Amino acid sequence: METISIRAPSVAPSGTKTRRSMRTRLPAAIALLPTALVVLVVYIGCMLWTVRLSFTSSTLLPKLDWVGLAQYNRLFVNDRFVTSAENIVIFGILFISGCLIIGFLLAVFIDQNVRGEGLFRTVFLYPYSMSFVVTGVAWQWFLNPGLGLQKLVRDLGFESFTFDWLVNQKMAIYTIVIAGLWHGSGLTMAIMLAGLRGIDKDLWKAARVDGIPTWRVYTSVVIPLLRPMIVTAVVLLATGVVKLYDLVVAMTLGGPGIATEVPAKFVMDHLFERNNIALGTAAATMMLITVVIVLAPWVYARYIRAEGRRA
Amino acid sequence: MSMKTRVSAYTLSVALFCSTGAMAQQMKAEVLHWWTSAGESASVKVFADQFTKAGGTWVDNAIAGGANARTAGINRMVGGNPPTMMQFNTGKQFDELVSNGLVRDVDAIAKAGKWREIMPKPIVDATVREGKFYAVPVNIHGQNWMFYNTKVFADAGLEVPKTFPELVATGEKLKAKGIIPIALGGQPNWEHNLFRAVLVGHGGADMFRKLYGARDPQIAKDPKFKESVELFGKMRALVDPGSPGRNWNDATALVITNKAAMHFNGDWAKGEFIAAGQTAGKEYGCTVVGQEPKLQIGGDVFVFPATKDKSQLAVQDKLIEVMLDPTTQIEFNKKKGSIPVRMDVDVSSMDVCAQKSHAILSDPANQVESMEILSTPNFSGAMQDAVTQYWNNPSMSADAFMEKVTNAMRDAT
Repeated sequence: METISIRAPSVAPSGTKTRRSMRTRLPAAIALLPTALVVLVVYIGCMLWTVRLSFTSSTLLPKLDWVGLAQYNRLFVNDRFVTSAENIVIFGILFISGCLIIGFLLAVFIDQNVRGEGLFRTVFLYPYSMSFVVTGVAWQWFLNPGLGLQKLVRDLGFESFTFDWLVNQKMAIYTIVIAGLWHGSGLTMAIMLAGLRGIDKDLWKAARVDGIPTWRVYTSVVIPLLRPMIVTAVVLLATGVVKLYDLVVAMTLGGPGIATEVPAKFVMDHLFERNNIALGTAAATMMLITVVIVLAPWVYARYIRAEGRRA
Repeated sequence: MSMKTRVSAYTLSVALFCSTGAMAQQMKAEVLHWWTSAGESASVKVFADQFTKAGGTWVDNAIAGGANARTAGINRMVGGNPPTMMQFNTGKQFDELVSNGLVRDVDAIAKAGKWREIMPKPIVDATVREGKFYAVPVNIHGQNWMFYNTKVFADAGLEVPKTFPELVATGEKLKAKGIIPIALGGQPNWEHNLFRAVLVGHGGADMFRKLYGARDPQIAKDPKFKESVELFGKMRALVDPGSPGRNWNDATALVITNKAAMHFNGDWAKGEFIAAGQTAGKEYGCTVVGQEPKLQIGGDVFVFPATKDKSQLAVQDKLIEVMLDPTTQIEFNKKKGSIPVRMDVDVSSMDVCAQKSHAILSDPANQVESMEILSTPNFSGAMQDAVTQYWNNPSMSADAFMEKVTNAMRDAT
């Protein structure tokens, strides 16, 4: 949006102006060239290469034959890929919504001018400074029935207490969500808090004069005003969902059984351990297609329709 | 860090040693491998030291993690900048490198050294492609050993089981006494390892080859196969609830600390017992469960990237000579936990487990190719997915599992 409004004035041309803007733009263009090349060659190029390989029968080394959709047929009857796809949906929905809710509540809590705000802010943001591997290992220990929480509570005298989600096929994916929430909520809080601090104090005063209850101000005034912050947080969290890999590897290694497998792990395993580049790239292509399908309506609404209206 | 320091120490000492001649430059060998744990790096140091003694310069390029190391090495070979030699596991991992002409044929040296006569046939077959040796085997690992705690068995007044039905019965008695019968690292590859131990021990060598090698779907109709699958299923009740996700060395530790009675693993697990100050045959024992002791064997090989450079070829020749020297073989394998790849060396200085391994393998009927030799990584992976689903879902029937196995046979490349 911003870029469009900046560009608008320079579009109105007169000969000298165009030349001057050319002169100022040339260095900018040169400076951007390496990045543009990297984007074109590394990102777009590798993406096309991946898609191409998914139509081959490559195993250990890439091979450029053509087998049509054979790899995709195998992919969709593969238990593990289907479970991975379901898991990423469960994780994605719970992780993003959970982080937004917890992050928002923490931000509101800190925004009440509590004493020791700095301390709380650090404590809540601290998990984000951990890598997913550390997070995963720590939570693995904590949730292990024989070592962590369950043993602790039982040792305290509650013999019948059971919390074995980590080793329970049906519940294991939710332990990944819990670890993810612990890791990601702090960042969401920081973003939301920045947004809350940016809200005009006069709005609060006006609301108080009108006698509107606080919760109502939050839901009807503050949250709509926080929209850009929410979008930022969602985008950041969503990238975390797509690339979910290290947390799972550190915490459950996809187990028990295949209960916590995720697409990124499927791709990695097939590319590097199972000598099956074609099936791995087919799975990667499916991930790409999913991301595009999710993003397309948003990109359309945000840029293409907006552009069209302007013209 | 320590690796770097050591490398530079070697380089320095050899450079000083050879400074009079032009040898230092010529006899430089860059070795890519993934032996990074304490025991492993001690064993690779035996090779390095022997090569240094023979006048070479060993440049150690250790990359943690087999898959990472192989990816890095293959990329370098394809890119035209290969190391002097590179590690693989005995089996199919380097097939495509051979078919693409990227590795050197060492058959002339093999003939001169009579490798076909002194090495077990499964190892020879796994290394020979189209009648020629393309790699140098350096050791033999047995994958289906059962380690047991002698004290736990003595205290419980129970015999160490010899077959799998016996093992399940003994396991239930141990469980009743509050001991963990089987210590298992509940990660898919260790669950799969346990399954293979049951299959080869109860179903026999041919059934093992039919499943992993020939991928014969008829196997699903064999009652002996179903029996093995059900025995494996019964063992789900013999592990502790904390098993899922556990690392294999933590599982070994349960046996070391008298908490668990039995542990299935490859002979590399011996390193953990040794590190805990225990002696084979005293605090712990090792055995192969089954009617006859069928041992799944694999191991490590080194391949030599193809080169036309005469001096590089000479360095490669020297490396082969050094690694297969009987003294080097004994010293290396003592540290590695494996046994010498040459059956013609005297193993009396090794521990009782290694001697047992050597004795079992002296009968060719007991030599069974490991999964890595028989099967493609892709089929092994698909089998692993099926096994881990069966193991972790007690309500899954043997029939449902067998259907998954048949599907894996059909779909995997």
